[in-house]
Amino acid sequence: MHVIALSRKWPDTHPRAFLALAAVSWVALYWALIPASEALVAALPVDRASHLGGALQFFLYDTPKVLLLLTGIVFVMGMVNSAFTPERTRVLLAGRTEGIANVMAASLGVVTPFCSCSAVPLFIGFVQAGVPLGVTFSFLIAAPMVNEVALTLLFGLFGWRIALLYLGLGLSVAILAGWIVGRLRMEAHLEDWVRDMPRIVATADDLRLTLSDRVDAGFAAVRDIVGRVWPYILAGIAIGAVIHGYVPEAFMASIMGKDAWWSVPLAVVVGVPMYTNAAGVIPIVQALLAKGAALGTVLAFMMSVIALSLPEMVILRKVLKVRLIATFVGVVAAGILLVGYVFNAVL
Amino acid sequence: MMNVKVLGTGCANCRNTIALVQAVAREKGLTIELEKVEELRDIMAYGIMSTPGVVIDGAVVHAGGVPSRQKVEGWLANGSPS
Repeated sequence: MHVIALSRKWPDTHPRAFLALAAVSWVALYWALIPASEALVAALPVDRASHLGGALQFFLYDTPKVLLLLTGIVFVMGMVNSAFTPERTRVLLAGRTEGIANVMAASLGVVTPFCSCSAVPLFIGFVQAGVPLGVTFSFLIAAPMVNEVALTLLFGLFGWRIALLYLGLGLSVAILAGWIVGRLRMEAHLEDWVRDMPRIVATADDLRLTLSDRVDAGFAAVRDIVGRVWPYILAGIAIGAVIHGYVPEAFMASIMGKDAWWSVPLAVVVGVPMYTNAAGVIPIVQALLAKGAALGTVLAFMMSVIALSLPEMVILRKVLKVRLIATFVGVVAAGILLVGYVFNAVL
Repeated sequence: MMNVKVLGTGCANCRNTIALVQAVAREKGLTIELEKVEELRDIMAYGIMSTPGVVIDGAVVHAGGVPSRQKVEGWLANGSPS
């Protein structure tokens, strides 16, 4: 953080030079990382084949790699995201009919910066401006579930195939679940005061962002997101490391393997009341996979932890009646179940 | 006296925003009237979609995320929203 505090003056005046230099140093650091952590583990007085050695190795390899990836990607996404404010997203979605708009809403959910404490104001703001209910839900499902933090961690720990798969499936669940909620015509199950709010015409200021504004937005995103999630990542990787080092190989195969048909619904039922963000759950997911858990089951677990949570339901209850919340949870959970089963069947 | 309202349902960012406004006012030796608006219906009446929001003398000057210190200093220095 010292580096950032010191360098905040000249990146504003020379944004291009700053970006070029930052990109070069980032790549250099990334290449130096694996040899450096390898040397570190070798220097420790622990036997690499022991339980402790395995756990330490996992922790020391993954922590710097994931944090470095995350900082880089969050910075770039911060620059990109600065063009997508919730107000502009609303303008894009207002007055559209369902279908294509669900696809747009889910995709915009990925790039629009979104804090879970803003879920309700955002929901009301969308509905007030005439964004269809189902389209609003597509946005609300995609925004927390598919984001740069989740995708970066998946890429860092499992590679680009699984990251892309998660992106595609997460978007599909958001699009379909939103579309179904829209088909069910549940507008009557909004709380009365929300339905009675005056309609408004969505407008947004024309943003004129210079490159240095975007660099500032990148710094702000790193400070906000990386500053907030790093303890979760550390804790997640530490738990993952313990599982990695101490839990016997193939231990999870019997509980979370492909052959146990009940494992997918169980993963969802266990996942919903759990409340953490992508950063905390993914390192644990990695360790489970390494011990023989099936990919579909693990992805279903992860999606239900991130997309559906009890605290969120409590907040949504202020604007939605119980039946609509129940429908929302039911449809999303069904989508996640389907993802789990399809994966286990295909892979 | 300047009236500053912080709109937000009590999340960490909202508390940070309030603390920041207080700190800047204290540094500048200003007395301001600082209010928390936590009721959703009241927040929505200001037409913002992301919290925390900041309202100065009745006009929305900020929405979404903790504002930067420079921004807060600017609001308090002007005496009125820019």
